[in-house]
Amino acid sequence: MAIEHRPPPPPSGPVPWDKDFALKMLADMLRIRRMEEKCAEAYGEGKIRGFLHLYIGEEAVAVGALAALRPEDNVVATYREHGHALVRGLSMNAIMAEMYGKQEGCCRGRGGSMHLFDAATRLYGGNAIVGGGLPLATGLALAAKMQREERVTACFFGDGAVAEGAFHEAMNLAALWKLPVLFCCENNLYGMGTAIERAEAQTDLVAKAAAYGMPALRCDGMDIVAVHDTTLAALAQIHETGGPVFVEYQTYRFRAHSMFDAELYRDKDEVEAWKTRGPIHTFTARLKAEGKLTEDEFLALDAAAQREVEAAVAFAEAGTWEPVETMLGDVYTS
Amino acid sequence: MSLSRRLTYREAVREAMQEALRADPRVFLMGEDVGRYGGTYAFSKGFLDEFGPERIRDTPLSELGFVGTGIGAALGGLRPIVEVMTVNFSLLALDQIVNTAALLRHMSGGQFSVPLVIRMATGAGRQLAAQHSHSLEGWYAHIPGIKVLTPATIEDARHMLWPALADPDPVVIFEHAGLFNMEGELPDIDGVDITTAKVRRAGRDVALITYGGCLPKALAAAETLATEGIEAEVLDLRVLRPLDTAGIVAAVAKCHRAVVIDENWKSGGFAAEVMARIMEHAFYELDAPVARVCSEEVPIPYAKHLEEAALPQPEKIVAAVKGLFA
Repeated sequence: MAIEHRPPPPPSGPVPWDKDFALKMLADMLRIRRMEEKCAEAYGEGKIRGFLHLYIGEEAVAVGALAALRPEDNVVATYREHGHALVRGLSMNAIMAEMYGKQEGCCRGRGGSMHLFDAATRLYGGNAIVGGGLPLATGLALAAKMQREERVTACFFGDGAVAEGAFHEAMNLAALWKLPVLFCCENNLYGMGTAIERAEAQTDLVAKAAAYGMPALRCDGMDIVAVHDTTLAALAQIHETGGPVFVEYQTYRFRAHSMFDAELYRDKDEVEAWKTRGPIHTFTARLKAEGKLTEDEFLALDAAAQREVEAAVAFAEAGTWEPVETMLGDVYTS
Repeated sequence: MSLSRRLTYREAVREAMQEALRADPRVFLMGEDVGRYGGTYAFSKGFLDEFGPERIRDTPLSELGFVGTGIGAALGGLRPIVEVMTVNFSLLALDQIVNTAALLRHMSGGQFSVPLVIRMATGAGRQLAAQHSHSLEGWYAHIPGIKVLTPATIEDARHMLWPALADPDPVVIFEHAGLFNMEGELPDIDGVDITTAKVRRAGRDVALITYGGCLPKALAAAETLATEGIEAEVLDLRVLRPLDTAGIVAAVAKCHRAVVIDENWKSGGFAAEVMARIMEHAFYELDAPVARVCSEEVPIPYAKHLEEAALPQPEKIVAAVKGLFA
């Protein structure tokens, strides 16, 4: 399959949601966007260190997909997971403090940007080994099945993970044992700096997944309506059959891979073209066209997101460092 | 009346798993050919009939996949026993063991523990050639976050699994393939700990510090030395992480000479760690430099005479001890 690096036409058509839900989806995308813009700033100031991978441009996937899950479901994510953690229910305060390395962070400052975990919302990381989360998700699904729990495990990963052995082993096991895993492939066309057609002999990821005998769907990951609908359809299938489903969300990252990336591998024109398809402003435009959103309402949502970010930064700044004396704790449970 | 009985190492491991599977519905066994085949080493013979395919799960040849699945299942509330056929194949699963199982608790700020047991055969000595003869316990013992057990006796083969399964953190058990047919007395005991080294033969002149497949070799060497008037104490480390430093120091303080024996290659092997602990904690107890007997720095050869020459042997241990008295 030839790979199209140009974005498809912008999403159009009616938004089949009531106003409350539509605004909630918009608000969550804005919360991620504003939080991450601030993260980039804080990184520049040296407040956040290590690797920082921004999700900017891809927000529709996490927001639309996670809105389809239930609290009892499990979520496994990657190192580009700030957005997933936030919309899954972790407080922005706990996320920001974690990135600052403070003990008020969700992992007490031991994980950082790439390792956000939250037992309360069943978020199992934050995995910085590409493909590493897939076997884990398969195991969580096996536990649910063996304990007769009605629980789906949603596992997010990028197109880069598809080349890893872990992807194939986990897909095979999940299909073989009919485990309730929702494999969520966020295809942003690049594994770090390597374009998918330079990494995959078969670039049709849906065909690849289907080879494991599991239903495989594809949707426009820049269109939150399509993301949500497709995810709901996938979940319905999982609940009906008990087995796994693969979904490819076609999306695009607007920012560099990490803060160390000079972006020598893709054209500026390509990035600019995708930005015209930004998930936030295209959705905003649709809602306005349908009369479901006024400019004042948009500004109010944005202002609320900005306030939440400012509060999170203040919380992180005021946070404290874990004493070195307790560093060795929690290597083991006892 | 003694209630002890004789059985093989293989039977002991099998009984241990059977006991765990009967006692706790959360326990299940997963691995290559553990079900219909009855286990590569017949550890799980008959289990499929007794416990069914849900709890005795044959896996595809996907070490990375099924070890990672075991980690996820442990996180999800089960108590998996994952059998990796041999340590050699565990290299395919190393990422999941090191990057996920070992790190999750600390990295999550204490939110998630991984109560997983991974068992695997280890070691050389059966002419299986270089790719099936590794002894890499030392690598695993390097990693904080996992525990490493090396049962070398019938009682440990029978009883170490229970505390390993009760442990909330990942435990890796290395079973030396050279021990599987070993028969011995199982004392009538309730269980064993997974924290301490144990003296398997008392002595006063030299401490032979070892574990796993080298324990019988050290005991044989001790018998030879006794005929020559040297009484060796044999210390079985049993647990490589956390390492019982106090047990090592006690043996050295008693004997003032020590030889460390393991099947790792000498460079960067586990014996080096034991020697370093002795330097740190018992240097002034020593009457002679600490010696070690390890595998030669060569991939383990197939031909019998070469394989024997590459591995620690009782004669090499005896020679090393005599060197300390020269």
